[in-house]
Amino acid sequence: MKLTATINGVRRTLEVAPRALLIDALRDAGYTSVKRGCETGDCGACTVLVDGVPLASCVVFAGQVEGRVLTTVEGLGTPDRPHPLMEAMVDAGAVQCGFCTPGMILSAKALLDENPDPTAADVKDALDGHLCRCTGYVKQIEAVLDAAARLRTRAAAGGGAR
Amino acid sequence: MSDPRPFRTVGTSPRKVDALGMAAGAAAYVDDVAISGMLHAKFLWSPHAHARITRIDASRARALPGVVCVLTHHDVPRILHTTAGQGYPEPSPYDTLMLDSKVRYVGDRVAAVAAETRAIAEEALGLIDVEYEVLPPVLDMERAMDPGAPVIHDEPDARAVIPVPYEPQRNLAGHVDMQIGDPEKAFAAAPVQVDVTCHTHYGQHTPIEPHVTICWLDADNRLIIRTSTQVPFHVRRIVAQSCDIPVRRIRVIKPRIGGGFGVKQEVLEDLVAMLALKTGRPVKHEYTRAEEFVSSRTRHPSRVRVRLGLEADGKPVAIDLDVLTNTGAYGSHALTVACNCGSKTLPLYPCPNVGFRADSVYTNLPVGGAYRGYGATQAAFPMEVAMDIAAERLGVDPVELRRKIHIREGQGSDVFRALGEGKAGVVQKIGSCKLDECLDRGAVAIGWSEKRGRDRHSPKLVKLGVGMCALMQGSSIPEIDMGAASLKMNDDGSFNLLVGATDLGTGSDTVLAQIAAEALGVSLDHVIVYSSDTDLTPFDVGAYASSTTYLSGEAVRKAAVIVRGQVLQVAAEILGLPPGDVDQLRTEAGEVIAPDARRVTFAQVALRSLYDADQHQIASFASHISHASPPPFAAHFAEVEVDTETGFCRVVKYVAAVDCGTAINPKLAEGQTEGAVLNGISYALTEELLFDQAGRCRNPSFGHYKIFSTRDLPEMVTIHVPSYEPTGPYGAKSVSEISINGPLPAIANAIYDAIGVRLFQPPFTPERILAALKGVAPPSQPPSLKNGSR
Ligand code: FES
Ligand code: FES
Repeated sequence: MKLTATINGVRRTLEVAPRALLIDALRDAGYTSVKRGCETGDCGACTVLVDGVPLASCVVFAGQVEGRVLTTVEGLGTPDRPHPLMEAMVDAGAVQCGFCTPGMILSAKALLDENPDPTAADVKDALDGHLCRCTGYVKQIEAVLDAAARLRTRAAAGGGAR
Repeated sequence: MSDPRPFRTVGTSPRKVDALGMAAGAAAYVDDVAISGMLHAKFLWSPHAHARITRIDASRARALPGVVCVLTHHDVPRILHTTAGQGYPEPSPYDTLMLDSKVRYVGDRVAAVAAETRAIAEEALGLIDVEYEVLPPVLDMERAMDPGAPVIHDEPDARAVIPVPYEPQRNLAGHVDMQIGDPEKAFAAAPVQVDVTCHTHYGQHTPIEPHVTICWLDADNRLIIRTSTQVPFHVRRIVAQSCDIPVRRIRVIKPRIGGGFGVKQEVLEDLVAMLALKTGRPVKHEYTRAEEFVSSRTRHPSRVRVRLGLEADGKPVAIDLDVLTNTGAYGSHALTVACNCGSKTLPLYPCPNVGFRADSVYTNLPVGGAYRGYGATQAAFPMEVAMDIAAERLGVDPVELRRKIHIREGQGSDVFRALGEGKAGVVQKIGSCKLDECLDRGAVAIGWSEKRGRDRHSPKLVKLGVGMCALMQGSSIPEIDMGAASLKMNDDGSFNLLVGATDLGTGSDTVLAQIAAEALGVSLDHVIVYSSDTDLTPFDVGAYASSTTYLSGEAVRKAAVIVRGQVLQVAAEILGLPPGDVDQLRTEAGEVIAPDARRVTFAQVALRSLYDADQHQIASFASHISHASPPPFAAHFAEVEVDTETGFCRVVKYVAAVDCGTAINPKLAEGQTEGAVLNGISYALTEELLFDQAGRCRNPSFGHYKIFSTRDLPEMVTIHVPSYEPTGPYGAKSVSEISINGPLPAIANAIYDAIGVRLFQPPFTPERILAALKGVAPPSQPPSLKNGSR
């Protein structure tokens, strides 16, 4: 069957198996930042934004997102043009193995889109359920607060947030 | 090596070299490449804890369209080996077959399928007809060596390959003992005696990336193994052994790895390799999370009894450690984890009379393996609880007791000499120890003197308490582990640093590049680090035993010193200096600087050496083994809140003060400490694999095996107390493992401070805390048979 959706700003039609999970549809199409940590909706590694809302793509059928707007980390930035959240994660030392990082960045993005000036408690709530076994989360929380500040500065300078 | 301080790159926290790519979602991990024609593998797992396969018929599975290969024990070589990714000859017994006619735990391998899609492979598993003769299982480690207990490894050829006790007919997978002085006599005379027995439970590493392996044959018919491993060179050797092909036919590639913590020190790639060899096609296998929990590896559960005999002034006169660990169905790391229960705790408190005995037994439960902490986790818990009890009996502050009796710089320990890994140890003296400063700064950070004992006798229902512990670990396995590195210079004055050392998310690539940059006198971006590929990078034992920074780091430093010498030779030629004047040159920021301030850039040196005169490749190799395993030291402090009505215990604040020598990259070192602490806290409070009466794991999912997330986070304080380890690169020793050992004892001691009861059996669940408060005896059944609390 076919899945048509806007993925990272590009309208795409993917050939997917009838009962394919969204995680597999995306990974097979080359969006390998979507990581598989459990396939039971418990780890957050496979998070994507669907119409701006973080969703575990391992518990969603590809067919359920027909016509929707999907964002993966590839859509936020590249190593040459990194999103402030990426830079903040790197600068804070929050990326150890990095397997949890794309999912966390997307949930953080959804938070900052809603709330550009979050408290540490807001960040903890937004990242809860993104399991990371390498870090103690301290640096991720720091990074999201730092990215929020960077984005606010940029917005104040008229740059606008991506 | 003379003290090279001040440093230029070492001791700073530049960006982790691979972090931006990973944050941007680069396709860097094992499963991020697509290989055309790739088959998907699934394994059939045993439903029984202990059974013989009397008949196995895969013909219906083979007939399913899309199935390309099915392997049962009839189809693979019968070669006993160990899955423990250790040096050769391994201290773990050869008791494992790729596929066997006997299964030894629920989750053991029965058969393997490779098919065009994962769905077909899964369907095919259901079409494999297996008949079992079910055997009585051993599910209680305490009963494993009872006379008449079922024998788990009754195959006649199971054996140890080094001269160590191994008695599979008694279910004894490993044994070690040693004695210094006369502990029993000293006990009898000791004015203060403490006797504590603690248990630790089944835990799993849960790297967020499970084990994943892709194998294929290249154009030259060589077997390529792209795999999530901590030990690429051991994978090459052990897969060659179990597939019965030459080492030279195998190339192991370790790309970015999504965490390991020891579980990827296990060589589980053999069956995927065999599927690729049999089919001639690329084959991928990825553990599901449930499979990762049960069928990869776990932390060896343990029962450890500590007896302390102390003088009235607190000086230990006798310490005795009696250890039983459960290695599960196979003896992976059985002996060495048991050894480490002693070797990573006993030297901390010098004592003239020391006894240590450890048995590791087989049971029909999941297999133990290497897990961060590696025995120190199991034994530091009772040791540090015993010290807390001793302090109370002596009427001294627990911090002061540790301060008085811990090992100091310049001191040795007979334990270092007596206890190695499967053989005698190595004599060593402590070259660096700033434990006193860890104790001081940690105590201040937690508010020790103000908070201690504050709620014990209050009528409050929710009580606060503080507890602490002292810790040590090691840095590499002395005179066994080897790390090597090579460097070569490029046109622009940059260098390729090739290391067999395995960055599995720890940041070791960055740390090793910083060491090279420091030694060379170039900026970090001029060191391009690559790890690891058995065809390209020099040998390294891999990422385990807290060895990479200390051991591989020194190999890198040596290689860089050699290459720097070559650079200076060429620079001297350019400057027209006589060769004898090379010593007067220095390097800084990618330039060679002469005493008269003339400068030559590294790029000029490279271009001359490659294109201009006396052309040659500036390059080097260096290897390193260590004759010591310098311990990092730590003092950990926990503040807890215990609800005496519900039994719920929350960690409010946790302080880890760690002496890891020079922190090559302080931010990454902090990350290691924070990660280890949080893993330790969640092991102490919530994580536990539970089993039913048939040995089936009841909670193999993140939904039912609770690891901490952001909302569970206490306030975390990390303090790195610098010391200078004379045998390490730029004064470094290890940091990654030590801090996972602190939470069990620090939290147990804090709970005691809050509510006045001691817990000897983690995780410290509300049920256990309430039972302890009511004075009910702790459950006598081993945790493996206890009904769960979830
Ligand atoms: S893979 Fe989807 S939540 Fe874990
Ligand atoms: S950085 Fe490894 S899981 Fe988060």
